[in-house]
Amino acid sequence: MTKDEHREGIKGMANPGRYGIERIAYLLMRLSGLGLLGYFIAHIYETSNILRGRMGWDDFLAMTQTTEGHIFLALVIGMCVFHTGNGIRIMLGHGGVGVGKPARPDYPYEPASQNYRHKIGIYSSIVFAAVAMMYGMAVMFGE
Amino acid sequence: MAQVSSTVGEQVPTLLSASKSILLRISKFNPELDESSKFMEFTVSYEKWTTVLEAILDVKKHFDHSVAVRYSCRQATCGSCGMLINGKPRLACFTKISELDSDVVTVEPMNNFPVIRDLTVGFEKLFDTHQKIKPYVIRDDTELESDQREFLQSPKEVEQYIQFANCIKCGLCNSACPTMATDSSFVGPQALAQAYRYVADSRDKGKDTRLNIIDESHGIWRCHFAGSCSQVCPKGVDPAMGIQFLRGYLLGFRN
Ligand code: HEM
Ligand code: SF4
Ligand code: FES
Repeated sequence: MTKDEHREGIKGMANPGRYGIERIAYLLMRLSGLGLLGYFIAHIYETSNILRGRMGWDDFLAMTQTTEGHIFLALVIGMCVFHTGNGIRIMLGHGGVGVGKPARPDYPYEPASQNYRHKIGIYSSIVFAAVAMMYGMAVMFGE
Repeated sequence: MAQVSSTVGEQVPTLLSASKSILLRISKFNPELDESSKFMEFTVSYEKWTTVLEAILDVKKHFDHSVAVRYSCRQATCGSCGMLINGKPRLACFTKISELDSDVVTVEPMNNFPVIRDLTVGFEKLFDTHQKIKPYVIRDDTELESDQREFLQSPKEVEQYIQFANCIKCGLCNSACPTMATDSSFVGPQALAQAYRYVADSRDKGKDTRLNIIDESHGIWRCHFAGSCSQVCPKGVDPAMGIQFLRGYLLGFRN
């Protein structure tokens, strides 16, 4: 990436402010994907503690029983639900499903691919994720 | 009518009689001389119908003829005048000041294109990638024989591609695209939409050739369907739609 090309760079790629909910979903999808990848690696490490016997296992698991642990797990739940819901929407979109039909364009040229079906998909993934996080918190903190 | 203020930051109030005015901030940058870009500020009066391009030309005519801006048709047809207007890629000739709903209008060169000077960016790469996808009807019998007539198409067949044929190569889509922001080799929404324009044309037989061209590591797979290209396109091309249809062919959802 050279300065000459005047590329917007990572800051521009990650700036969700200018292009509607679809660009926010794009950012959340990246963040949740990377977050889940991080969790997945940590999860392998965590479960490998079984090799340290029962004590080691219980020791490590105790980390998830703290307030920070609960919040961390609630975030994982949220990322999981959003990533799955939005992932299904994107996979359909990538296959050309629900992205509208070509037509003679008319002013003001509303793009058919940025339609209410996809918006509903995004908003409902966010709402589901929030509900799942609240339910998870209720279970974890309710103990 | 515009009134000059001096460079960077300082703003001189003006004595214009017109009802409304805005502060027009123009990015100035000459890559051969300057380390970084600066803003020149001008107070410009406007009417309901004044476009951003008209305001810039006003400044050029009355105050600073050195402002580099490219334009030709002034009617959203030639694709020359794309720039960032208040942070978003838009055509200067197709954006009215009144619709921006702001007292300050900032114009900068489009992102993801090399700056030639001030508001003018280089389109070599845009035209290269456009050409790369073979933007013409491909078929064995391209040359018509004397007793043949033109290739007929029904209105329905035309409708399959006509929206994509509206592209004026203004580059706004490539400027808005988040993949373009970081990947200098990405073929980009403009060229991908044109690949679909020809694939969807009933006269064309070049589908496999074009799918082969875009099926590479910096090709279509770098699109994440963020949709920003379609949101900024001034001609209703909807590149995101065309790209997902192309991907549908490659994934076997469509044939
Ligand atoms: C049912 C579960 C899942 C579905 C439906 C799903 C779907 C998707 C889709 C469609 C994408 C591509 C999005 C795009 O084109 O921008 C994606 C990206 C990604 N996913 Fe998942 N995924 C799932 C689970 C996971 C899990 C468990 C992990 C981590 C171990 C994960 C990690 C990632 C990463 C790192 C990305 C790349 C993000 C990016 O570059 O934007 N996903 N996922
Ligand atoms: S697809 Fe739209 S935004 Fe992109 S170059 Fe063509 S006219 Fe401009
Ligand atoms: S001057 Fe031709 S598109 Fe704006």
